[in-house]
Amino acid sequence: MDNGNIIEVKNLTKMFGKFTAVDDISFDVKKGEIFGLLGPNGAGKSTTLRMLSTLSRPTKGTATVGGYDTVKNDTEVRKLIGIVSEKMIIYNRLTARENLWFFGSLFNIPKDTLTKRIDELLELVQLTKWKNAQVGTFSTGMRQRMNVVRALLNMPQVLFLDEPTLGLDPQSSVEIRDFIKKLNQEQGTTVIITTHMMVDADLLCDRIAIVDHGKIIALDTSTNLKKIISGGDTMIIKLEIANLTPDLIASVKALKCADAVTQENSTRLHLIVHGEEAFDNIIDAVREKNGKITTMENLQPSLEDVFLHITGHEVRDSADQKIPMQQGPGRRFGGAPRRVR
Amino acid sequence: MIDMTAQTILQHSFRIAKKDLTELFRNRLGLVLLIVMPLFMMVMVGFIYPSNGTISNLQVGLVNENSGYNSVFASQSFITGLNQINNQTHMLVITNVNSTAELKDMVQRGQLEGGIVIPSNFSQSILSGEQGTIIIVSDESNPQISATIQAALSGVFNAMGQQLAIHNVLPLNATNPLAVVQPYSIQTQGVVSGHPSYFDFIAPGIMAMTVMMSVMTGLPVAISQEKEIGTMDGMMVAPINRLSILLGKTIAQTARGLIQGCIILALAIGIFGVAIQGSILLVFALLLLGVFSFVGLGIVVTSFTKDQETAQMLMMTLMFPMMFLGGVFFPIQQMPWYMQDISKILPLTYASDALRKVMVLGSGISQISTDLIILIVFGVVMIAIALPVFKRMMTR
Ligand SMILES: Nc1ncnc2c1ncn2[C@@H]1O[C@H](COP(=O)(O)OP(=O)(O)O)[C@@H](O)[C@H]1O
Ligand SMILES: [Mg+2]
Repeated sequence: MDNGNIIEVKNLTKMFGKFTAVDDISFDVKKGEIFGLLGPNGAGKSTTLRMLSTLSRPTKGTATVGGYDTVKNDTEVRKLIGIVSEKMIIYNRLTARENLWFFGSLFNIPKDTLTKRIDELLELVQLTKWKNAQVGTFSTGMRQRMNVVRALLNMPQVLFLDEPTLGLDPQSSVEIRDFIKKLNQEQGTTVIITTHMMVDADLLCDRIAIVDHGKIIALDTSTNLKKIISGGDTMIIKLEIANLTPDLIASVKALKCADAVTQENSTRLHLIVHGEEAFDNIIDAVREKNGKITTMENLQPSLEDVFLHITGHEVRDSADQKIPMQQGPGRRFGGAPRRVR
Repeated sequence: MIDMTAQTILQHSFRIAKKDLTELFRNRLGLVLLIVMPLFMMVMVGFIYPSNGTISNLQVGLVNENSGYNSVFASQSFITGLNQINNQTHMLVITNVNSTAELKDMVQRGQLEGGIVIPSNFSQSILSGEQGTIIIVSDESNPQISATIQAALSGVFNAMGQQLAIHNVLPLNATNPLAVVQPYSIQTQGVVSGHPSYFDFIAPGIMAMTVMMSVMTGLPVAISQEKEIGTMDGMMVAPINRLSILLGKTIAQTARGLIQGCIILALAIGIFGVAIQGSILLVFALLLLGVFSFVGLGIVVTSFTKDQETAQMLMMTLMFPMMFLGGVFFPIQQMPWYMQDISKILPLTYASDALRKVMVLGSGISQISTDLIILIVFGVVMIAIALPVFKRMMTR
C-alpha cells in the first residue's frame, strides 16, 4: 500500500475444470485510479473481477485489496469494496428504500447513519421521489442507478463495476458514466471497471488493460495504447469501393501490408495496414479487380483498432445483450461473421 | 473476527429472513399457492382415498328371482334384514329391478353401481339344509364397490344366521342364547374415546410432510434462485458470516412451512372434524424438530444443484418416495418388508408417527421419545455433513 497501489494482482489464474478462464495475470491498480479491463465476451473479465471481490476463489496466484488478501482476509476486503456485477443486485419486490436498508444493514452501519446515507444516495441518483415504490416497477436505467448506489452504502474505497452500461439506453449510459467519474473525483474512490465497449474505456479509464483469452495483452493509458499504432508505421484506413465483391476483399486481404481487414457495410472496408507502400499496394490491388474507389481516408486510431491490431480480431459488437454466465468454455464474437481476413 | 459472534450471525440471519418473507408476502400468486396447496392436499387425499367410512349411498339394484319353496319365502327375511342394516349404515340405496339382465344393463349404463341378485333356488337351498347363495353383480371397474356391498351383505347374513341359530338353541334354556351360538365376540376399544376417521390418520402425516418438505424444497429453490438472478452476490460481498445467509433462508422457509402447517391444522379441525388429543405446543415443537431433521438434506441438495430447475426436479424425485414411504397416507405396517426398511431411514416416518401419536392418541413427550431421539440424531448428522459441503459451494 505504501507504493500507492490499492490492488495488487500476482499470477492470478482461474480454471473451470480444464478450461483456463483467467490465465496467469498480474497487474496493480493505484489508489484513486479508474482502471479498465477491456476485452471481448468470454475474455475472463468478470471472472477476474469476481476473484478480486472475494466471490470466486483463485485456482492459482494471489490478489490483495487495500493490503488484504482476497482469500485469507476476505472479510476485511469485503468491508472495503462495493460491487456492481453483471446482474443487478436488487430485489424487485422490495421498495428502493427497503433494498438499500437491507443491504446496508448487513454492514453494521448504525441506524441513523444508515437512514441518512440512504436518503443522500437516493437523492444523488434522483430517486427520492420513488423511494417507496417497488423496484420492479422501475425502468432499466432507474434500476441500474439503484444498483450502483447500493454498492456505495458502505462508502467503499474500491468500487468494482462489471459492464455497468450493458443493456442501457445511451442516455442512461451517459448518466452512469458521469456518476462514476464524479464519484472518483469527489470521493477519491478507486474504480475497477470491465467493459467490452470502447467508449466506456476511452471516456472513463485512466489506464486500460486489454484482455483476451484470459490474458492481459496490453496495459497502458488510452493515449499510449493508441500510440502503439500512430507511433509506428501502422495506419488505419477507411476504404470505400462502389462495387465491392468478396473476390476484391480477398485480394486486399492477401496483401502483405494488410494486418486486419474488416467489412463495415456493403461498400466500406476498415483496414489496418503497415509499411510505406501500403497506400500504393492497396490501390493497385483494387484496380486489378476493376474496383472503383470512392473514398480512401487515413483515420485516427481508436482503441478498437488497437485491439484489432494486437489480437487480430474485433472486440466491438461482440455482445449487445447479456449472455448467461454458464455457457461453458468457449468464446463468442458476435462480430465474427463480419470479420474478413 | 470480533463481530462474527453468534449474536451478529443471528442478527444478520433475521434480517435476511425478514427480507425473504417480505418478498414472499408481496408475491400474490405465491401466497395463493401457499394456501391452496395444503387445502388441495387435504381435500384430495381425504375425500378421494377410499375408505369404508366415507362410502355411502351406493346406488344398488335388487333382483329377487326367488319364487319361494313350499310357500316359504326365505328371500323375504333376507330383504327385511338387509333393509334393517342399511337403515343404520346408509351404505346402499336399494332399487328393485326385474331381472338380472336388466340389472347388468343398468350397471353398464352407469345408472347403478352394482346389484344384488337372489337366485330362484334361494329358499329351496336354505330350507333343504344347503347354503343359500346370493349373487353380487358389481362394476368391475370399481373393486371398492364390490367390497362395500359384500361388507353390507355379510352383516345381513351374520344377523340372519344368528337369529336362526338362537331360535334353534332356545330350548337349551341358556341365559344368553348368543353365548351358545357365538361364544366369542370381539369388541374393539381405542386408547382414546371417539371414532378416529381416516382424516385423523392423515392430518398429522400431511402436516409433517408439508412443513418438512417446504423447508427441504424451499431452501434449495430460494438459494439457487438468488444465485440465478444474481442477488446472492450482494449478500456474499457483505462482511457477514456465510452461516447467516443459510440460517436466514432456513428461518424464512421454516416460517413459510409453519404457516402452511397451521393452515392444514385449521382445515383439519374446522372442516374435517379432526380433534387434537395432545398438546398443541408439542405439535409445533415436533414440526420444528421435523424441519431441523430435514434442513441438512436441503442444504446438501442446495450445494449440489446449480440452477433452480435442477433443484426443483431433484427435490421432486426425493419427495415422492418419501411421501409414500413415510407413512403419511398409509400405515407402513401395510408395506412389504423391504419398503418398511426404506421407510425406517426416512425422518418423515418418525415425524409423522410422533405427530400422529400426539394428535390422535394424546401422547406426551415420554411416549414419543424414541421418535424424538431419532429425529434429533438424524438432523445433527445431516447438518454435520451439510455445513462443510455448503462452505465449499459458496466460494467456488
Ligand atoms: N462458473 C463458470 N463455470 C464454467 N465456466 C465459466 C464460469 N464462469 C465463466 N466461465 C467461462 O469462463 C470464460 C470467461 O468468462 P467471463 O469471465 O464471464 O468473461 P467476460 O466477463 O470477459 O465476458 C468464459 O468462456 C465463460 O464461459
Ligand atoms: Mg463478463
